[in-house]
Amino acid sequence: MQTRARILIPLLAAGLAAAACTGGGGAAAPTPDTTEAASAPADANAGGLPRNETLYTTGTQWGPPANFNPIREWDSATGTKGLVYETLFHYDPNEAKLVPWIAESGSWADDKTYEVKVRQGVTWADGKPLTAKDVAFSYSLGKMETVPFHNMWDWLENVEATDDQTVRFTFSDARYQEWDYNLYSRVIVPEHIWGGLSEEDVLNGVNENPVGSGAYSYQSHDQDRVVWVKRDGWWGKDALGMDPKPKYIVDVATPSNEVAMGMLLQKGLDLSNNFLPGVSNLINGNFGITSYYNEPPYMLSANTAWLVPNTTKKPMDDPAFRKALATSVDVKKIVEGVYGNLVKEASPTGLLPQWDQFVDQGVVSSDGFTFSTDEAKKMLADAGYRDRDGDGLVENKDGSKISLTIEVPTGWTDWMEAARVIAASGKAAGIEITPEFPDFNALVENRSKGNFDLIINNERQLSSSPWTYYDYMFNLPIQKTQNTVNFGRYENKEAWKLVQELDGVKTDDIEGMKEVISKIQKIHLDEMPIIPLWYNGLWAQSSNSTWKNWPSSAEGAPKYAATMWRNWMELGGFETLTQLQPAAD
Amino acid sequence: MRQYFGRKLFIYGLTFVAAVTVNWMIPRFMPGDPVASMLARARVSQPEAVEAMRAYYISLFGFDQPVWQQYLNFWGAMFRGDFGISIYVFPTPVTDLILGAVPYTLGLMIPAVLLSYWAGNRLGAFAARRQLLDNSVLPVGYILTATPYMWLAVLLAWGLGVVAGWFPVAGGYAFSLQPSWSWPFIESLLHHWALPFLSLFLVALGGWAIGMRNMIIYELESDYSTYLAALGAPARLIRRYAYRNAMLPQITGLALQLGVLVAGALVTEIVFSYPGIGSLILKAIQNQDFFLLQGSFMFIVVGVLVANFIIDIVYVLIDPRTRTGMAGAQA
Repeated sequence: MQTRARILIPLLAAGLAAAACTGGGGAAAPTPDTTEAASAPADANAGGLPRNETLYTTGTQWGPPANFNPIREWDSATGTKGLVYETLFHYDPNEAKLVPWIAESGSWADDKTYEVKVRQGVTWADGKPLTAKDVAFSYSLGKMETVPFHNMWDWLENVEATDDQTVRFTFSDARYQEWDYNLYSRVIVPEHIWGGLSEEDVLNGVNENPVGSGAYSYQSHDQDRVVWVKRDGWWGKDALGMDPKPKYIVDVATPSNEVAMGMLLQKGLDLSNNFLPGVSNLINGNFGITSYYNEPPYMLSANTAWLVPNTTKKPMDDPAFRKALATSVDVKKIVEGVYGNLVKEASPTGLLPQWDQFVDQGVVSSDGFTFSTDEAKKMLADAGYRDRDGDGLVENKDGSKISLTIEVPTGWTDWMEAARVIAASGKAAGIEITPEFPDFNALVENRSKGNFDLIINNERQLSSSPWTYYDYMFNLPIQKTQNTVNFGRYENKEAWKLVQELDGVKTDDIEGMKEVISKIQKIHLDEMPIIPLWYNGLWAQSSNSTWKNWPSSAEGAPKYAATMWRNWMELGGFETLTQLQPAAD
Repeated sequence: MRQYFGRKLFIYGLTFVAAVTVNWMIPRFMPGDPVASMLARARVSQPEAVEAMRAYYISLFGFDQPVWQQYLNFWGAMFRGDFGISIYVFPTPVTDLILGAVPYTLGLMIPAVLLSYWAGNRLGAFAARRQLLDNSVLPVGYILTATPYMWLAVLLAWGLGVVAGWFPVAGGYAFSLQPSWSWPFIESLLHHWALPFLSLFLVALGGWAIGMRNMIIYELESDYSTYLAALGAPARLIRRYAYRNAMLPQITGLALQLGVLVAGALVTEIVFSYPGIGSLILKAIQNQDFFLLQGSFMFIVVGVLVANFIIDIVYVLIDPRTRTGMAGAQA
């Protein structure tokens, strides 16, 4: 009896607990596959996905895949746009030009009319042809107020399919730069499926069975992954001469750095698009892990990290103070100390290296800044910021104390370190800056309402035009909440007018663009409403164990951006897939 | 007996109401506005679009109703098993997310807690008063309990996972598989389960063993043991009595362990990227998804209450004094 009871009690407790807990949770005993789509083909399961036909990636999805609705550009499962749904064009940052995709060609018929020729023979996954009607329909979705690209309809007047292959866009205000960006950013959805949906379904639908025109279709998902499977009969194989090699793509929800590193070393991951501190050791060591460059900075540049001062607060409302602040920041120390040379110091204009041709060197040398603590001290003194109480820190012109905070999200360890460096170098020049690490959501709220002193932000990515950067810097008017642009609430009507003027320059008129940009650059460098720090990397660590021929700076290697990041599939992410080769060959 | 359980049930009911209320309150009175951060993530800048989306989401989540109405709605929805829609994994219902995660957490924690409990107690009892064993089990036990869990887990993941390559380091099952009742899938499930289980098992084992060893020594030196020995009872019999007495405090300990069952897996699930409730809670907090947070906490609250109730029943079964006490109360 005793022996039996001793063993039985825990077992009994286990049984009861299991039964009761699941019962109390609100439903019948679940099986692990409750989140699985019922339509998943069973045959792929026999021995699992074959390793040599499967690409494992991570670093794009930060939680369970939420939905497959391409209109929800911000939280749909990554790959929804790019693998399943496609855009009219792609953009090639190396050549700095649009690459026709669903569109065969596109051109300005006159100053306010743009005509797109849709390729013949493009089909949806359900076999129906993709026509000009679908294109017109997809752009018309923006008329709904809750659709994120609704503001396009402020300047777009009409879109119509004049025949099966031709779409004509008519503009009330032709914004050429912005339009190019939209051409490779907006997905085309099938009218025969989406046409019947209400505004609510368009915005909030899960779209669990996405029917797109892309090379892949949805296979299954779970809390920590999405599986895409290559679609037979993708139109692009003939029309574009492209063939993505992996039969399956498994996008693993981004785990912690250690786990990502572990999986990469175990050869369970082929491409990791997250920031792995110290990855240079792996690249230099004999671990079969590569990145774009095999020397610093190792990665291509993807976006600029900016120091954003709140220009509505004293003393950041004073351009002289902002310039002194910019001069005080020891970016080199961040690049070397915090990142171990994985990133590059930004140019004073903040324009990415891909936009080098638009940097007016004359303006930079006359109005730019370089790091110098002494120079910063001098600039502060000249502007009337003096140390009146002898604590080594300057005071406001009226004698009140200056005490600024710099906020970065907690847990973003590299940025936290960078903020500490900025605080320390500010202090060296006499500006009191204290780093603070609120949680991300709190920071977003402070940022949008303008309740901050200094923040770091890098939300604008590489794009087809520096216009997107200047829009981010100078956008007016200032709203009650600034959700995406001009967080520092900097008001300069002249600059904003120039940015709009730039928007109205045709994208093939490089000289015209340079001319306007040079004027904007002068204002930027004189006024310093936002301070460029460093270029964040296009984090891409790849393993050569299963797939080879990853993009790299080496001769003969593809030069695309090897990333599956949101909105980057059209900037070279998809093209990377077509260049891969099985390592076994 | 009825009175005993009646009283217990009443207390549990009261605790439940209080817990639900607190659970409902915390996210609502937390600083930060989930709709605002959702809109910020949506990257919408157009003021009209922002207002339209804000109005839409506020009514969708029911924030436009008076607070007392929201509270009543919460109770009503809860009894229908409806915890709302996740903000972070929009628009998946919270219940679906939790049900998807629960099997992993329970499958990990229940065997780990119970097996370590069983093995730890046996080991501790065995070691007590046996010089050689005592000298080895005790220090090992101390080392295991004193080890920071995080460190042990990372060490296991690194040693057995990355370096030796025996075990995978992430996921609930291989990334190449889809759930099904096939042999490769079950094998993969077990393969991924082994390391997190082992880490939990090892850390808990030491604690149980030390506790049991000390209790047994105490019991063996108590008067009834000495008396039994004086009567000439065999050592085996004495140890058996000592074991049953020493068991009682351990059962209480088990109740506490079962209580934190779900939440306790949080660190494990993060270290091994195991897709259970713990990972879900962490993500919910990071993303201010308070429906998901509420749902997960409700699940934990129910778990704690049920575990405690089970232990109450077990107590009646194994401790004659409780039964006598109840009989006395009735008489």
